Amino acid sequence: MAKKKKKKDIQTLRVRKKNKKINGSLGGDICIFVFLALLGTFMVFPLYYSIIQSLKPVEELFVFPPKLYVINVTSINFTNLFKVAASMWVPFSRYIFNSVFTTVVICVCNLFVCCCAGFVLAKCKFPGCKTINTIVVTSLLFASNATWIMQFLVDAKLHLIDTYWVVILPNISTAIGLFLMRQSMSTIHDSMIEAAKVDGAGLFRICWQIVVPNSKPALMTLIIFAFQGAWNFQGGSFIYSEELKTLPTIATQIAQIGIARQGVIYASAVLLMIPPLVVFLIAQGNVMETMAHSGIKD
Amino acid sequence: MAKKTKPVGPMNKQGKFAYTMHMIRMNKGCYGLLAPFMILFIIFTLLPVFMSLPLGFTSFNMIQTPKFIGLSNFYTLFLNDDVFMIAVKNTLVFAIFTGPFSYILAFIIAWLINEMHPFLKTFFTFVFYAPSMTTSVYVVWQLILSGDAYGFLNAELMDMGIFNEPVQFLTDKNYILAVVIIVQLWISMGAGFLAIRAGFQNIDKSMYEAGAIEGIKNRWQELFTITIPSMGPQLLFAAVMQISTSFTVGYVGQQLVGLPSTDYAAHTIMNHATDYGNIRYEMGYAGAICFVLFAAMLLANKGVNWLLGKYLD
Repeated sequence: MAKKKKKKDIQTLRVRKKNKKINGSLGGDICIFVFLALLGTFMVFPLYYSIIQSLKPVEELFVFPPKLYVINVTSINFTNLFKVAASMWVPFSRYIFNSVFTTVVICVCNLFVCCCAGFVLAKCKFPGCKTINTIVVTSLLFASNATWIMQFLVDAKLHLIDTYWVVILPNISTAIGLFLMRQSMSTIHDSMIEAAKVDGAGLFRICWQIVVPNSKPALMTLIIFAFQGAWNFQGGSFIYSEELKTLPTIATQIAQIGIARQGVIYASAVLLMIPPLVVFLIAQGNVMETMAHSGIKD
Repeated sequence: MAKKTKPVGPMNKQGKFAYTMHMIRMNKGCYGLLAPFMILFIIFTLLPVFMSLPLGFTSFNMIQTPKFIGLSNFYTLFLNDDVFMIAVKNTLVFAIFTGPFSYILAFIIAWLINEMHPFLKTFFTFVFYAPSMTTSVYVVWQLILSGDAYGFLNAELMDMGIFNEPVQFLTDKNYILAVVIIVQLWISMGAGFLAIRAGFQNIDKSMYEAGAIEGIKNRWQELFTITIPSMGPQLLFAAVMQISTSFTVGYVGQQLVGLPSTDYAAHTIMNHATDYGNIRYEMGYAGAICFVLFAAMLLANKGVNWLLGKYLD
């Protein structure tokens, strides 16, 4: 991989395309590609498997040993899924609304809150900032089976059980989001912020016009985390009204009916996977090479 | 940015307090920006955590009120619970294998992806993150490792003549631990991996140009002299995520080889806590187990901070 290259002069460097790596060779690129492709097939296999399972008719679903391809591609599982959905007590569109509504609110609030707090913790020095940092990192490490009882008690005391709020509020302030934003924002040059301050921008403005646009990769990553977390969140024991349940809960309910709906289970899994997947691709595609670091000359 | 007003001369206690108050007043804006996060965080995350910490010192069956029993849970845990000792051993094995190993793996893969064409970058990032997005992950592994001759791995190995009869990968205690470690490694491209990818994208392109002019000849030099030093914070983030995932492993094993696994061969501390908390409803004991686990993770975190310390500000 690490092939020796001829020394390049500045002239050729300047002509090179923007996206191209300065160091590295074609042979190395091909080696990397082959390596990643081999590992990649292995990684993407379960995704592929659920997609083909959702396209199989019943008689192929139970063939043993399972086949890795479909002979008769069918959409019957998806039509069945919609039939089941249509026969529900609460109109299916309500579940979709619940999911979309809570996901959007959680994502927007989560991004807003984490960006503000991350910026302050990364770039400001004030009494207590070290302590808060430590608390956030420590809370990331705390995993307990006993926490959820206390969570329920807190939610119950605040009269949040069985409302939208019990889904939304606890998911807004995530330690992982804050920590991610803080770590990324701490790499931004102080001089950029100083310059904005000299120009008369307030803290809020510095945060949203200077710091956040410059930590776009982290922001996009946070969007992926937030969306995935919110979209897959199940109300569990916090939500019991049928009209407040979200799509993942419904998918589990459908799946519990058993073996007769094997195909439908895969179909619902595939459909549920689409929104996070789209968000992932958009977010990942967005960060590429859009960085603006040129603002600073020391 | 904080407004800096340096105190003049040494301060007595009163002066220090006045100075702190002054600093707080000067940085009102900071607290304002921090407030929405902290309020929700304290109510919904910290409060439940603090309320559940004392549970380890009680006997609590979820129906009657918790009864304070002092350190008795911890005595039982360390002196009388043989399974806990197995769990500690297994958790350490898991943490050693999946922790550093999958951290380095995630870094290498993120780095290799970064060397590709922009379109391929998105594609491969997606491919390697895919296991974290799918729900049917365990079904597929059960298919591959299935104990009869139709399990993909068994079929292949028997075709090649390595084994004469199918191996019970999921129930034979000699294989369970290794199998769960492999699946755990495979699934580990999660939060840390994406954060490292983001870190790579944050690096100033002109640094590489400068490096090339200064005479860096290949990718390896580029990696060690430019890339790693300029992404310290992201590396720390990934490390913390790695610690918390590698110490709390248990779910994968639970799905794959059952709870408890044969002879507790893949039993981890987290499995032990699930066993006592969610099956036997001995919440006090489960709380004590989680308390010990938390202490271990704090230690690991200290270690990582010390290791990565030179890259941090």
